[in-house]
Amino acid sequence: MSRQTRALWMLSGLLGVVFLLPGVLAPWLAPYDPLGVDLLHELELPSLAHPLGLDANGADILSRLIHGARISLLVGFSSVAASAVIGVTLGLLAGFYGGWVDQLLMRLVDIFLAFPGLLLAIALVAVLGPGLSNVVLALALLGWTGFARLVRAQVLAAMGREYVLAARALGAGPVRLMARHLLPNVAAPLLVQSSFAVAGAILAEASLSFLGLGAPPGTPSWGAMLSEGKEVLWEAPHVSLAPGLAIMGVVLGFNTLGDLLADWLDPQRRHS
Amino acid sequence: MTYLLHRVLWTLPVVWGVVTLVFLLVHLVPGDPAQIMLGENALPGDVSALRSRLELDRPLAEQYGLFLGRVLRGDVGRSFISQRPVAQEIAARLPATAELMVGAMAVALALAFPLGVTAALYHGRWPDRLASLFALLGVAMPSFWLGPMLILLFAIRLDWLPVNERGGLDNLVLPAVTLGTALAALLSRMIHASLLEVMGEDYIRTARAKGLGERAVVWGHAMGNALIPVVTVAGLQIGVLLSGAIITESIFDWPGLGTLLLDAINTRDYPVVQGCVLTISITYILVNLATDLLYGWLDPRIRLHR
Repeated sequence: MSRQTRALWMLSGLLGVVFLLPGVLAPWLAPYDPLGVDLLHELELPSLAHPLGLDANGADILSRLIHGARISLLVGFSSVAASAVIGVTLGLLAGFYGGWVDQLLMRLVDIFLAFPGLLLAIALVAVLGPGLSNVVLALALLGWTGFARLVRAQVLAAMGREYVLAARALGAGPVRLMARHLLPNVAAPLLVQSSFAVAGAILAEASLSFLGLGAPPGTPSWGAMLSEGKEVLWEAPHVSLAPGLAIMGVVLGFNTLGDLLADWLDPQRRHS
Repeated sequence: MTYLLHRVLWTLPVVWGVVTLVFLLVHLVPGDPAQIMLGENALPGDVSALRSRLELDRPLAEQYGLFLGRVLRGDVGRSFISQRPVAQEIAARLPATAELMVGAMAVALALAFPLGVTAALYHGRWPDRLASLFALLGVAMPSFWLGPMLILLFAIRLDWLPVNERGGLDNLVLPAVTLGTALAALLSRMIHASLLEVMGEDYIRTARAKGLGERAVVWGHAMGNALIPVVTVAGLQIGVLLSGAIITESIFDWPGLGTLLLDAINTRDYPVVQGCVLTISITYILVNLATDLLYGWLDPRIRLHR
């Protein structure tokens, strides 16, 4: 096993153990109720019973952090899945048909890209109302352009290749060509892009929740926990510390996973 | 000249698309926007008066035409809360946001240059690793965590810097560092990669063969070309700073466009939301256009290739 393959497996395992597993098993793993209220012990410092301390409502921060992983996981993966479906479909159509279809779709991409950063997601959640399903919808509409551009470029490059010409000569129709021949060809870069997109979506969800536009009040989302922590920064900085490190760790993890995947899936880069 | 004209004309359909999407925003509101703005207990008469004031009682096509006409005249309606023209509200907040962005860009460049250049010159050694670590962490670190941590350290524990008021240069430091750090991380990586690439070119080898010292090679020959892609990225990132400013302003209660937008969202003041979104995205488009034109001017090959 090469060094890169080993690093890839180690990082995937690490992300699985510290993020995916707690996210999926949150109800069984969390030692306390994440919504619990205990005003007698509010803002208590870390102790053996509560390793990360208690927040302003007296809820156990570790339990909230574990349940927060579930929200990040859910929003991160579902919004990226939705953006990928939209982006891949439109990118395939643009690259395959070219001409006015391509022109129209790429101008649409340009329009969506004219809203910098989170602005479009903020605007959409502002009118649709806060809530996690609206956040997923907004992030899906924010993220599809990256997938569309990537797939279009890959398809354009593949259109003149022998295997596509051969499939055409054998009578493959447009749907079969796109689904059976072109799509598998873009799978590798798509996987890399998805890893970066999950990191971006988790950060975006946390940002929206921090601004009060994501998870409903009280929900243990990491961004909302940071927003609550900001209010008690003076007397209880421990409330802000853990959620911030969690966001940073997961975003760093998925970004690095994307880098490693890109190297691993590209034979030229693997051997360089 | 053709390139310039072509690039400017290319921008028009995008601006039109953005204006259309911003117009449609209000129509995405689930239910009656006027009812939602006034609340559940509003009198029916008040709701219909507001609907008429917002032109929501007219056919969609007519509303769209009126909206386009007003945007062309620089008028995006009146605030539902303050009753002042939205353009005036925005103009009052723009200087604070501009100040924050200039500060953030200055912080980003001040951090990115030494880090990127050192990393490239000491490629593969510990200064390079340290700079790479900063770049990795800087990109992954949420500004809404960095900001409170900076407040905790420099305002609460050490009591070195003030917080929560716009005023002198010292008030700008913490918000500017909060907003500029992620950009610094990105730019340092760009400078590093770009300088490494240029240092491998033939003309650098020639300069070295002529007997030039390393300092003259780096600053006299390599840096100019290495900076071209960095200028583009920095330009494109101005828009990202503009949207990042929304979060930074909310952390520091900075009285800029971001807090205006967030307050408007909370009070369901849709004309102000539309105005802010439109201002931020049009600024972004114009900055991108300017960056592209600057890029073409800096590197004549770009003009010929397009």
